[in-house]
Amino acid sequence: MHIVDGALAPEVLIGGGVIAVAGLGLGLRKLPIDKIPATGVLSATFFVASLIHVPVGPTSVHLIMSGLAGLVLGWAAFPALFVGLLLQAVFFGFGGLTVLGVNTVNIAMPAVLIGLTFRGLVARSTPKVAAIWGGIAGAASIAVTTIFVAISLGLSGEGFIPAAKLVFFAHIPIMIIEGLISAAAVFLICKAKPELLRTDTADIAHEPAFDAPASPQTATTAHEASNG
Amino acid sequence: MSHLFGHDQPLGAQASSGTAPSFVGSFDPRVRVVAAGLFAIMVVALHQVEFAFGAFLVAFGTVFLTDLPLRLTLKRMAAMDGFIIVMLVMLPFTTPGTPMFSLFGADASKEGLMHAVLIGVRANAVVLMMLCLLSGLSPVALGHTLYRLKCPAALVHLMMFTVRYISVLHDEYHRLRMAMKLRGFRARNTFHTYRSFGYLFGMLLVRSLERAERVLDAMKCRGFSGHFPMIDHLEFKSRDVLFGVGFVALIFAFVLLDRMYVFAY
Repeated sequence: MHIVDGALAPEVLIGGGVIAVAGLGLGLRKLPIDKIPATGVLSATFFVASLIHVPVGPTSVHLIMSGLAGLVLGWAAFPALFVGLLLQAVFFGFGGLTVLGVNTVNIAMPAVLIGLTFRGLVARSTPKVAAIWGGIAGAASIAVTTIFVAISLGLSGEGFIPAAKLVFFAHIPIMIIEGLISAAAVFLICKAKPELLRTDTADIAHEPAFDAPASPQTATTAHEASNG
Repeated sequence: MSHLFGHDQPLGAQASSGTAPSFVGSFDPRVRVVAAGLFAIMVVALHQVEFAFGAFLVAFGTVFLTDLPLRLTLKRMAAMDGFIIVMLVMLPFTTPGTPMFSLFGADASKEGLMHAVLIGVRANAVVLMMLCLLSGLSPVALGHTLYRLKCPAALVHLMMFTVRYISVLHDEYHRLRMAMKLRGFRARNTFHTYRSFGYLFGMLLVRSLERAERVLDAMKCRGFSGHFPMIDHLEFKSRDVLFGVGFVALIFAFVLLDRMYVFAY
């Protein structure tokens, strides 16, 4: 899924970088300071997902769970997945520096789009139906990611098109497995802690509630400060 | 690979704490981060295989100026090559051009082979140089460096939280996995396996959210006001300037020679 440095055309790299910066900006705007701890912990969870290996046929693949990240985090999935990719690139050498923008767009953009599409459906459904939607979201985000990867390869040269097709077909088993695992995870979350997936409704309900204690708090601290 | 964020050394990479830093490690991290970025952009901009290979040799030479273990570093680089090998093998057969040899009825073109080699050399050069320049830099130090380089504070804080909790949650994952193992779970190619992994990851998310709530409560309890102090000792010395200027000169030399070489044909 990671594209390495040196393969893509400069136009694709720059385009990816610009879209990634825009996405990061939007994602960070929707991330108030008191949501950062929760987002950071969830971002770490999705990083740990990439360390979990699941058997597929004779080999094993690592989880990606970007669809679930989109469902749980919404727009904040963009910076959260970017941080994961940055750490992987810098400390493991997976992916690269100049392709960081393209890789972020390829993985985070489908996550955000799928997450925003399916969030309401998952939040309103019973656990069993929510699991089906979650499974579709998990599989679809991988599918869209591979299509994005194929597009970024295809735009960089005619010679990459067969490789791009191969990337898509090689990922079909991964889509199915990600779908199954996302479905089971959504089912469990709906039973154990449905708030995790109802963040959009919770957002609206909580936003004034979050602000309300914050503003008197700052007022009192300002007051204390002025009092010395 | 999670050993980088292992719980024994929660925030250190292979940081050699206590011992004197290597030659590369003695420079200001800001210069090193910017240099790694510039090097990557330069390598990607090179058109000629010869110069890309030269850049790779520079990166390889830099390994000896760090305290990175050579074998482990090359192994990590080779792990990345596993990702691209399929694409590189296919490229000669899919790029139109002068046929060189044919295999199973498909013609391999010279242009395609050169392109594949160029990509491979570039990718390895960038990764090797990055591992060298950022060696000994812990994730936390990287966060501080990015903050000093004017990255958005929210992004840096998010990264610091992520780094902090990766090892914690990885341990949590191992605990859950151990509990499954004790109950006789073995990963196979069955529906049951995938469902169990789904429950495992779902539980991990639930637990991490509960942990996040506790963390936020603890932070509020200690008067968190939306700002983290960044405590570090970054010093921009004259030798950092020398390093930066030398590095930029090297990069310009590479790019200029690369372009001149085209004209010299």
